Amino acid sequence: MERILMKGNEALAEAAIQAGCRFYFGYPITPQTEISEYLSRRLPEVGGVFLQAESEIAAINMVYGAAATGARVMTSSSGPGISLKQEGISYLASAELPCVVVNMSRGGPGLGNIQPAQSDYFQATRGGGHGDYRTLVLAPSSVQELVSLTHRAFYLADKYRNPVKILGDGMLGQMMEPVTWEEIELPPLPPKNWAIKGKGEGERKFILCMELDPQELEKFNRKLEKKYQQMAEEDTAWEIFGEESDPHLLLVGFGTVARILKSVIREGKKEGWRIALLRPITLFPFPYKVVQKMAEKAGKVLVVEMNLGQMIEDVKLGVEGKAPVHFYSRVGGMVPTVDEVLQKIADILRGEGRK
Amino acid sequence: MKTIFERPKTLINKPFTYCPGCHHGLAQRLIAEVIDELDIAEKTIGVGPVGCSVYIYEFFNLDFVMGAHGRAPAVATGVKRSLPDRIVFSYQGDGDIAAIGTAEIVHCANRGELITSFFINNAVFGMTGGQMAPTTLLGQKTTTSPFGRSAEVQGFPFKLGEMLAQAEGSAYIARVALTNPRLINQAKRCIKKAFLTQIEKKGFALVEILSPCPTNWGMTPLEAVQWVEEKMIPYFPLGEIKVKEDGSHDAS
Amino acid sequence: MMHHEILIGGFGGQGILFLGRVLATAGMLEGHEVSWFPSYGPEMRGGTASCTVIISAEEIGATVTDHPDICIVMNEPSFRRFSPLVKEGGLLVINSSLIRENCSRQDIEILKIPANELAGKETGVAETTNMVILGALIARKPILSFSAVKSALEEILTGKKKNLLSVNFKALQVGKNFEEKERQ
Ligand SMILES: Cc1ncc(C[n+]2csc(CCOP(=O)(O)OP(=O)(O)O)c2C)c(N)n1
Ligand code: SF4
Ligand SMILES: [Mg+2]
Repeated sequence: MERILMKGNEALAEAAIQAGCRFYFGYPITPQTEISEYLSRRLPEVGGVFLQAESEIAAINMVYGAAATGARVMTSSSGPGISLKQEGISYLASAELPCVVVNMSRGGPGLGNIQPAQSDYFQATRGGGHGDYRTLVLAPSSVQELVSLTHRAFYLADKYRNPVKILGDGMLGQMMEPVTWEEIELPPLPPKNWAIKGKGEGERKFILCMELDPQELEKFNRKLEKKYQQMAEEDTAWEIFGEESDPHLLLVGFGTVARILKSVIREGKKEGWRIALLRPITLFPFPYKVVQKMAEKAGKVLVVEMNLGQMIEDVKLGVEGKAPVHFYSRVGGMVPTVDEVLQKIADILRGEGRK
Repeated sequence: MKTIFERPKTLINKPFTYCPGCHHGLAQRLIAEVIDELDIAEKTIGVGPVGCSVYIYEFFNLDFVMGAHGRAPAVATGVKRSLPDRIVFSYQGDGDIAAIGTAEIVHCANRGELITSFFINNAVFGMTGGQMAPTTLLGQKTTTSPFGRSAEVQGFPFKLGEMLAQAEGSAYIARVALTNPRLINQAKRCIKKAFLTQIEKKGFALVEILSPCPTNWGMTPLEAVQWVEEKMIPYFPLGEIKVKEDGSHDAS
Repeated sequence: MMHHEILIGGFGGQGILFLGRVLATAGMLEGHEVSWFPSYGPEMRGGTASCTVIISAEEIGATVTDHPDICIVMNEPSFRRFSPLVKEGGLLVINSSLIRENCSRQDIEILKIPANELAGKETGVAETTNMVILGALIARKPILSFSAVKSALEEILTGKKKNLLSVNFKALQVGKNFEEKERQ
């Protein structure tokens, strides 16, 4: 299979096209602008539409409109722009419209900077918009996975009629790695008979985001709840790396951090350390059960993130107090180094009376 | 004889960090000179944009507020309403003021907010690397209009000044360029008038400054100046667009 | 096991990112795992640029490194910043056209090459300084074959840029010749 060296942002953009995305609405922001730039060239070639909106608020509402017609549609941004899209994402969830929202996140809060960060974990997994809605959140950790998860994101969006987020960071967006372009097969999906096209000969249809009757709105919320439960049962994804059967420490990290942790595990092996890495691939739904199982096996957990401690809350929910959970982080656009994490692990193991 | 290169007091003794041939620095120098001449530095507050001039506060010996991309007119409104006897100016690029921040500037002008707004039109998003701006000319290639801007796909270059002139609350709107000494003098007069409009409580004032971005246009500084003169000025004509002489607008 | 962490630093405009891309592509063409990560954002405007390339037999974890085993510095600021990082026993390639300072480290191998002068004199194209350096690097430490590097250039310089191929090939050769003479 031929491998092509590609930038993360461009690989994601190409994957969106391969996945059938024909509409993109966005507003430039570093470190994801290459997605827009790539699609401004590529989408017209495949008969699609690229439109630079006047703001992220406009962009997400253009997504809403295109999604209502049943089209595969995407927008992308970085933290500050995603903040502006939160309102629209709540409306998309309410109207049960599928779409893909990409966040190549950067250091925050506020304008922050443009270096890689994971400080939008809460924003991605907890919403940020109003109301009781959730979005699936996929967390790639390589350029190849940006491709496969982009395909998956469009599939899941249609499967659940729900927005799906891809949470990357500046490093994944800007780095180059070899990509192979294989056919990606996903299960068949039901026809989008809910999409509005103009009623023609048939019944009229609506796309709505309001329900004034509380009994009805409760019913609708319960329907969403079922959907979110189904996501947890059918579409939670993770990877385990390193010492799976008999670890004496469990590392948990996603995206860019997980890559660093893989290097850590290889280095640690030279010291005789038996370490497992659990890398959540879906951040919502979060792999709580696996975290618990692995934490019990290992007896102690180290969470590493590029934020002040966000995913660690989910890890603790999974561990349920059955093992101590340690934390190491770099923030503000700094990336943890292999040495730093090794040092942290040495400290934890020494605290236990091991070398 | 006048020394032309004396540094205005209102500027910090620090070289501008803009690319060679960029007029952000020149525009800011002129604003500083006018602040000196009006002797208002002690009571002037600046509100900066997000764009290449996001570091504007580093160059001015003034109090400054940095806000979110496009929201400077709203931030300036908050500052001015809280401190009505101070002089408040905002400084924004075309993406900042005419794309993401369109709503804020339109309503700021319409309320007749007593602020002075500077708008650097360089026909691209400079800071993010040369994407299409609302002011990008027809046919102009940018990184997100790789085939050239076309009216059918991306609409027309936005004449924000003319639009804001329609708002009842705006009192002074002008468009200037800094491509030769005569135009620079004219620009300085307009900048002064825009501050006086605020000082005399006549209403909202804005000066649009056409500016080259050699880096993202892929031109030498000289070519870029020519491009402003030959391409931008014909579409964005220079001069005073609105001058409201009467109507003091003192809320008190 | 094959594993190299390569750090390249210089001014924006010296072709740092391009050099890295050629290395990464060549590594990929030889069947290795590779990653390329640039410095990005405003620091590139006239300022320093750097990029990290990892070439490895196994799946690549971290894409940045604190201890490169190969480091190329093309200007003084990057010399000062990066030369202390080079791993013991590693190789530091210094563009001596722009770096006058001496490196005091005894625990690493140092290759000095007046790449700007060589590029200017021997290829006539200043922009090929980066390929002169790459040629010398590959000659000193054959982590990849010359033919893979050439194929990488062929893969990257396509369309209108195809006519730049021959001068880049020449620059590689100039670097290689320089290194061979140095060694004697
Ligand atoms: C919400 C949000 N979206 C996008 C950005 C990224 N961004 C920063 S500056 C800018 C445009 C700057 O262009 P302009 O206002 O024309 O200023 P110039 O750099 O050309 O002077 C953009 C899109 C941001 N900071 N915040
Ligand atoms: S990129 Fe353009 S607008 Fe920004 S500083 Fe350089 S010339 Fe000026
Ligand atoms: Mg601009």
